[in-house]
Amino acid sequence: MATPEVELKRLGSEYAEKYGFRDPEQYVFKARKGLDREVVEQISWIKNEPDWMREFRLRALEYFLRRPMPTWGADLSELNFDEIVYYIKPTERQGTSWDELPEHIRRTFDRLGIPEAERKFLAGVGAQYESEVVYHSLREELTRLGVIFVDMDTAVREYPQLVKQYFGTIIPPNDNKFAALNSAVWSGGSFVYVPEGVRVEVPLQAYFRINAENVGQFERTLIIVEPGAYVHYVEGCTAPIYSAASLHSAVVEIIVKEGARCRYTTIQNWSKNVYNLVTKRAAAYRDATMEWVDGNLGSKVTMKYPAVWLMEPGARGEVLSVAFAGDGQHQDAGGKMVHVAPYTSSQIISKSISKGTGRASYRGLVKVHRGAHHVRANVVCDALLLDEQSRTDTYPYMEIEEEQVSIGHEATVSKVAEEQLFYLQSRGLTEAEAMSMIVNGFIEPITKELPLEYAVELNRLIALEMEGSVG
Amino acid sequence: MAEHTPLFMIENLHAGIEGKEILRGVNLVIERGEIHALMGPNGSGKSTLAYVIAGHPNYEVYEGRILYKGENVLELPADERARMGMFLAFQYPTAIPGVTMANFLRLAVNAVRKARSGEDKALTPREFRRLLREKLEMLRIDETFASRYLNEGFSGGEKKRAEILQMAMLEPEFAVLDETDSGLDIDALRTVADGVNQLFNPNMALLVITHYQRILNYLRPHYVHVMLDGKITISGGPELAEELEQKGYDWVKTQHVGTAS
Ligand SMILES: Nc1ncnc2c1ncn2[C@@H]1O[C@H](COP(=O)(O)OP(=O)(O)OP(=O)(O)O)[C@@H](O)[C@H]1O
Ligand SMILES: [Mg+2]
Repeated sequence: MATPEVELKRLGSEYAEKYGFRDPEQYVFKARKGLDREVVEQISWIKNEPDWMREFRLRALEYFLRRPMPTWGADLSELNFDEIVYYIKPTERQGTSWDELPEHIRRTFDRLGIPEAERKFLAGVGAQYESEVVYHSLREELTRLGVIFVDMDTAVREYPQLVKQYFGTIIPPNDNKFAALNSAVWSGGSFVYVPEGVRVEVPLQAYFRINAENVGQFERTLIIVEPGAYVHYVEGCTAPIYSAASLHSAVVEIIVKEGARCRYTTIQNWSKNVYNLVTKRAAAYRDATMEWVDGNLGSKVTMKYPAVWLMEPGARGEVLSVAFAGDGQHQDAGGKMVHVAPYTSSQIISKSISKGTGRASYRGLVKVHRGAHHVRANVVCDALLLDEQSRTDTYPYMEIEEEQVSIGHEATVSKVAEEQLFYLQSRGLTEAEAMSMIVNGFIEPITKELPLEYAVELNRLIALEMEGSVG
Repeated sequence: MAEHTPLFMIENLHAGIEGKEILRGVNLVIERGEIHALMGPNGSGKSTLAYVIAGHPNYEVYEGRILYKGENVLELPADERARMGMFLAFQYPTAIPGVTMANFLRLAVNAVRKARSGEDKALTPREFRRLLREKLEMLRIDETFASRYLNEGFSGGEKKRAEILQMAMLEPEFAVLDETDSGLDIDALRTVADGVNQLFNPNMALLVITHYQRILNYLRPHYVHVMLDGKITISGGPELAEELEQKGYDWVKTQHVGTAS
């Protein structure tokens, strides 16, 4: 069994050095701070969008302005919408080879290892820097099979029919305050279309990088998986460390048609000044499978509950969620399963780790609509506390309107046992190494689902969290 | 003759836990090439001694020194002691869910090797696998063991073998085996003891904690010590173990009250 090799030894640096570096701000356009009609129109104008999209944005802005801040979940009181820059265009045009990018941007992605990963194990890559996708590629054979993998702005121009048909249908602009915000100012993100029966066996990856201080990144992703098709989409993200907050508020919509399967993997590694407030939802049709694999390590606050709407019999939804809340972080994460149709099944497995003043909350919903009989749903949430101070809580909501269903729920909270630490240390591992090993073991049920490279990455990020902070 | 430093030495060790003194003045000298057996009734403090030697942070040392290669290790954390070549085979090994034996061993072996060679001498994955296979064979442990989670769901005997596997991989110079023999079936005991004998060399030393004569028939200790109530009350040659087997600890108590230390 190939569990990932924990490459603790390779570690020598902290987040600051590895991901937290910043480039000088260089851009071709930067919106002024704050958000109003003018800013939204400016974004739409720069993008030279069709009217329907401009109107969509403006409608969404109304929703956003009207809706109150959510008061449940994490503390958002320090988030000041007037202090944020909503759009930065980093470069005039997008590249299809890394060489075409401006030097400083290329260097950034080089340093983050993206071109290397692309060569080694990816079928396609999108790289977003600030508000725009600056690089895009897709293996030729996939293009020939009719697979589309472009940035969302390009999709609006080049595939208007497809975009118009699905955009905003899974997550309408007035779904919640942050979906409304994204709908108003969205920029970048991916558009993926996999034609019937096509299996994309190698992952597609998008990488999101915020560089400037006080900015918001609002990418918008739409994935359409036609009947019998398969795709695995991976997103990664990092940002420099600033004292002022940045905001990342994405919307991801996915349609998985009959017998198709989609897996969406996130390794969220934002710096600890980022508010990460993301809405992700998929609709799964007859015998389709949607899997969210969600790793949340960075950010100041994350609120994210990937959802699957199980629309037709045989649909299956899964959320595998790992959240790590270190000092000062609040990870409010979980998943939602909405069983609309009978004979659908779902599973949510959540593993959270809290350390120091970190707080990890599981928040989840299983909803079974009336008429959705013979539903099977299972929720497992395990929390691991690394010390006396750290904190975890669980909000497992169940709304079951049907009798003939089978619903399981298990929750555990455990502490790292001193005996485990001592045992590993007595074999020569430092306290930090021992701690990482215990944590990596704890999340192993999820990392073993990841492609090796991402499993290694996740374990490495956890080791990074432990380094220099134990003892 | 020049001043000689024993490999391992305990001087007047007083130690306990939560304010309760368990070890009340332990003295012990172990030279390279020697095997010492430590016997004694339940609760007399043998495992406590093993933990204090290994550096368990919950145990308090009130007095005394533990010298390994002439250095007082009492101030060092457990991991540093391990990297200096000390090893403890636990009486009750702890399970680490989700961590495979192989992953764990690779990290541990590399940590210890690196420290002891003084440079970054990590094994390549290939070298590591070869080493692991060799040691598994020596201890007649099935290869599937390597992909199991560390001690999780291991039977009592499997845990003990796994401890010796770790010892074989880490190649310590001084090892304490805390009741490695209990829980092993007759054949397993022989295999494990043979393994330990193969690992043993004149440059290292062993402290074998046991209740039974049987393992000592294989390991052939040079010295046998008996701990009573936190003190080594009597020490002797291998014949002492046989005598104990026949006469029990009451005999030691009546014979040697107040004579030791
Ligand atoms: N964590 C602890 N808290 C309180 N008392 C302890 C603790 N650990 C050990 N003791 C006590 O210390 C004494 C010595 O225990 P220890 O485990 O060292 O004995 P032992 O000689 O190894 O016994 P056995 O042969 O049964 O393994 C016992 O009375 C035990 O109850
Ligand atoms: Mg004991």
